[in-house]
Amino acid sequence: MSIHDMYQEHILEHYEAPYHRRTLPNPTLECRDLNPLCGDEVCIQACLDEQSYLVEVGFEGKGCIISLAAASMLMEAVEGKTLADVKHMDREDMLGLLGVPLTTMRVKCAMLALRTLQKAIHRYEEGQA
Amino acid sequence: MTDRAAASRELDVQRIRQDFPILSRTIHGRPLVYLDSAASSQRPLAVIEAVRHYDATSHANIHRGVYVLSEEATAAYEQAHTQVGQFIHADWDEVIFTRNTTEALNLVAYAWGRPTLRPGDEVVLTQMEHHSNIVPWQQVARATGATVRYIRVNAQGGLDLDHAAQLIGPRTRMVSVTHASNVLGTINPVQTLGELAHAQGALFCVDGAQSIPHLAVNVRELGCDFFAFSGHKMLGPTGSGGLYGRREILERMEPFLYGGDMISEVTFEGARWNDLPWKFEAGTPAIAQGIGLGAAVTYLQHVGMEAIHAHEQRLVQHALARLRQMPDVAIYGPEAAQRGGVVSFNLQGAHPHDMASICDQAGVAIRAGHHCAMPLMHILGVNGTCRASFYLYNTPDEIDVLVEAIGDARRILRR
Repeated sequence: MSIHDMYQEHILEHYEAPYHRRTLPNPTLECRDLNPLCGDEVCIQACLDEQSYLVEVGFEGKGCIISLAAASMLMEAVEGKTLADVKHMDREDMLGLLGVPLTTMRVKCAMLALRTLQKAIHRYEEGQA
Repeated sequence: MTDRAAASRELDVQRIRQDFPILSRTIHGRPLVYLDSAASSQRPLAVIEAVRHYDATSHANIHRGVYVLSEEATAAYEQAHTQVGQFIHADWDEVIFTRNTTEALNLVAYAWGRPTLRPGDEVVLTQMEHHSNIVPWQQVARATGATVRYIRVNAQGGLDLDHAAQLIGPRTRMVSVTHASNVLGTINPVQTLGELAHAQGALFCVDGAQSIPHLAVNVRELGCDFFAFSGHKMLGPTGSGGLYGRREILERMEPFLYGGDMISEVTFEGARWNDLPWKFEAGTPAIAQGIGLGAAVTYLQHVGMEAIHAHEQRLVQHALARLRQMPDVAIYGPEAAQRGGVVSFNLQGAHPHDMASICDQAGVAIRAGHHCAMPLMHILGVNGTCRASFYLYNTPDEIDVLVEAIGDARRILRR
């Protein structure tokens, strides 16, 4: 693996011009979480419609290229999806979105955004129950 | 060879490197450049062989077996305490073996702090502590009603000694500070802080995780009541480490953990405690690792701590000079003369994790992140830093490889 494989053009583009890096005024669900290994943090928000579609999404964060590019790509992927769709996303889905080889430690960077979004959904559903 | 004889000459680094088998391996097809000894150092053959020899010839549980193996194991494990005691100028039975610095500091916080501290008492730390010298004290303070206060770090990356003199007062019961910062590299004036503590009747604890591998440590001259350290940062195995405690204090303290080997007599009603240091080493200890630690200090003494420190000073000066040639690199911490072999830096606009990945591709192992010092990161105004740390086996050429890798990072990350 060359280091250029990890920092491919599309990764750098998402980092430099992230999708929906914004704060939503009235989110239905939100969660802020940290990667305890490095202190990177991400906050993910979403607004739901009556059919549980994620009609608006946004993220904020401080982190490395991989974690922030992953958050940006995740926003693109989940916008317009249902809660159920997002709950079923796993590691393979997230790594598939990134489309670059990652070392074990960097997989944790890549997973931060999805884990945080799923935590937000979990909390939201617990609140509904 | 005595320390003094060793100090009179420069290290023969190429010969030393031959003692460390791992240094001959390659990473991604490039020679390994290991610049993360502040996290964990590599091990020389003398240590690897001491552990192997013990495992292959003498292993049995210590202290209770009445047969040759157990007697050999006991003698070797006790000898390791003697070796470490001599290394830091303490009596052998003032040296308690622990898994690491964290466990040693927890021992002080729990076994000394919990029964001693009262509401209104103060524990004084510094803003540059590792989490392991913050969190145990915060927990003990929560349980006892004591307060934790922090000596400020100044703009040069040193401690604000005026602030220390203000903070350390009649309510102070414990001053616990790092001897050398794992982030900034700063070597703190611990003797001065110890005098401030003792003048107020407080005890003085030193986190020596980053100093004992690199500097000659004399606990009597430092004037500390406790000195905590890790074996795996000083060429020893993981799972080895220790706490020096002044005899009078250790004798008055209750144990930290209770169970086997730490008692002299047990009845159904209660127990009496074993002598030092076993009172604080409950259960079967890490015997092989302790023996490995003994071999590590013998190796360090043979090389000479003054020579090691002088070598690291040259490396730090070279690293600072090379990094300062790059205007987009920020360097944290004091001048070379006030620091050990640690240099934290950031490339403008680049996250430390991305830097470490790119350095890794060049075979260079550096640390990236908050270095278990999140409060200090907050003061520095960063989320994390890149950290290169040096030891006796590193060379200036390796620093040049790091500098090249920073150039790679600038290109790849388009900073």
